[in-house]
Amino acid sequence: MWAGEIQVAINSDQDIVLARQKGRVMATELGFSTGDATLIATAISELARNIISYARKGQITLKMVNALNRQGISVIATDDGPGIPDIRQALRDGFSTSGSLGLGLPGVRRLMDEFEITSQPGRGTIVAVKKWRQ
Amino acid sequence: MEVPILKQGAVLIATFQAALSDADLNNLRMGLVQQVVKFRSRAVIVDVTAMDVMDSFASRTLREIALMIRLRGAETVIVGIQPEVAFAMVQLGLTLEGVATALDLEEGLAYLSEKFKTTN
Amino acid sequence: MSKSESTSKDSEARSNPGVDLVRSEASSELLRELVAHLRQNRTQLREEWVVRISETRLLTAMTKEEIFAEATSIYDSYVEALETEAFEALQAYARNLSERIIPRGVETHEVVGIVLLLRDVLARSLFEKYQTDFKKLNRILDAYEPAANRIANTVAVGFVQERERVIRQQQEAIRELSTPVLQVRERLLILPIIGVIDPQRARQLTEQLLRGIRTNRAKVVVIDITGVAAMDLTVANNLVQTVEASRLLGATVIVTGLSPEIAQTLVTIGVDLGKMNTVGDLQGGIEQAERLLGYKVEKLAEPR
Repeated sequence: MWAGEIQVAINSDQDIVLARQKGRVMATELGFSTGDATLIATAISELARNIISYARKGQITLKMVNALNRQGISVIATDDGPGIPDIRQALRDGFSTSGSLGLGLPGVRRLMDEFEITSQPGRGTIVAVKKWRQ
Repeated sequence: MEVPILKQGAVLIATFQAALSDADLNNLRMGLVQQVVKFRSRAVIVDVTAMDVMDSFASRTLREIALMIRLRGAETVIVGIQPEVAFAMVQLGLTLEGVATALDLEEGLAYLSEKFKTTN
Repeated sequence: MSKSESTSKDSEARSNPGVDLVRSEASSELLRELVAHLRQNRTQLREEWVVRISETRLLTAMTKEEIFAEATSIYDSYVEALETEAFEALQAYARNLSERIIPRGVETHEVVGIVLLLRDVLARSLFEKYQTDFKKLNRILDAYEPAANRIANTVAVGFVQERERVIRQQQEAIRELSTPVLQVRERLLILPIIGVIDPQRARQLTEQLLRGIRTNRAKVVVIDITGVAAMDLTVANNLVQTVEASRLLGATVIVTGLSPEIAQTLVTIGVDLGKMNTVGDLQGGIEQAERLLGYKVEKLAEPR
């Protein structure tokens, strides 16, 4: 039996694996296909990785969301790190560029259906993404 | 987490497990290069069939492994990427460019024997 | 009640605000009493229920024996749910049951109907037992009614969820059938694409193709887009991703039938067409594929 909301503290690289495993389990229980569950787990991995790389620690919150007549999963990555000075730059999407440089945020946005980011230098970062079940 | 590395003639076969942490991947990178030197291997097959997620760090590590092994005169082939994982990877822009890939172990070995035939 | 049980009830109550969380000791004891009564009279009550089911002409798609078999397990699960209030387990049971009976043609109104009939049969039995003690009857019903309604709700929702899942599966199957990935030779797949492709369809085709590469152990894939007039940027990008993802599975992609318009779109998104394997038409693409696979291509005399 799973709770409505799961929070994973991100303090070390092992927490990255933990967060994405929990994400996959929740996605599967919510009825997402294996392919979609993989996309969600990959997005969580990247978001958790960003937290470790740029803020050293933070948190990933997973929960089910409902809207009209569809269900989905919400992933919120928060940290109290240095913040992102130029969000537009970070989100600039070069389709043919490698995602292994920088924050990989355009990639995360492609993996999910909805993407929202709030960040200010010195105030930390919140990235909220959602994926809806077909 | 221990990753089994088998030796099959001049080829080393490393089978990656599912939940490898960053530290595990770093150790693997070192370990594989050492083994290539020790056994004077001509090729390494990295089997990632069990990996259910391949993120930017894993992808970068695989490319670095291939690079370091090439510096030792050996070839690397990545095999066993799952269809769903491949799809997620290209969404993130991770294409493992410059690294040879094959469907599975059997295809990987076939690729290598073809390659060794033509270069001999 | 152990600590963990009350925690699970708490969270279930939170997710279902209509349920009265306050459960006094007396009320739990009453529940135990009525559950014992329902268990004792199991055979008789179940029989009565089955009779009511055929009277109201429900479950006509099933035989008497089948109804009886299902009735037994539903009755027991119902009483169990009354006792343990493990509604999640009940929902899983309902989905399981639905999985069996939906292919038999059982519909939602029938499932809701028989559960409500069971609720009534059991309620009447309680009336009969406690008819001499009106106060006690009221307290018994106070314990019984919310739980029984919750059960009816849970089973109905479980059934509907299962139906929706089946429908989604069927839709998926239909979509897959309408654009098959063709295996023409060993290790060679062809994916002919015709008409208008929206991003969702494009994504679905990519997933289908990748699975096909794995299942058929394909080494070369020919994607023919002769029949596609134009692509938006998202779909064009999806084509590039399909080529890249196929390579990760060890397969080479040849794109055939690339129109000048689509070639322009690809250049716009930064694709180096020189690096992409393209051939003018499908036939040429298949020939190149065969060459890549090591087949010798014998050209027959030109047809006149």
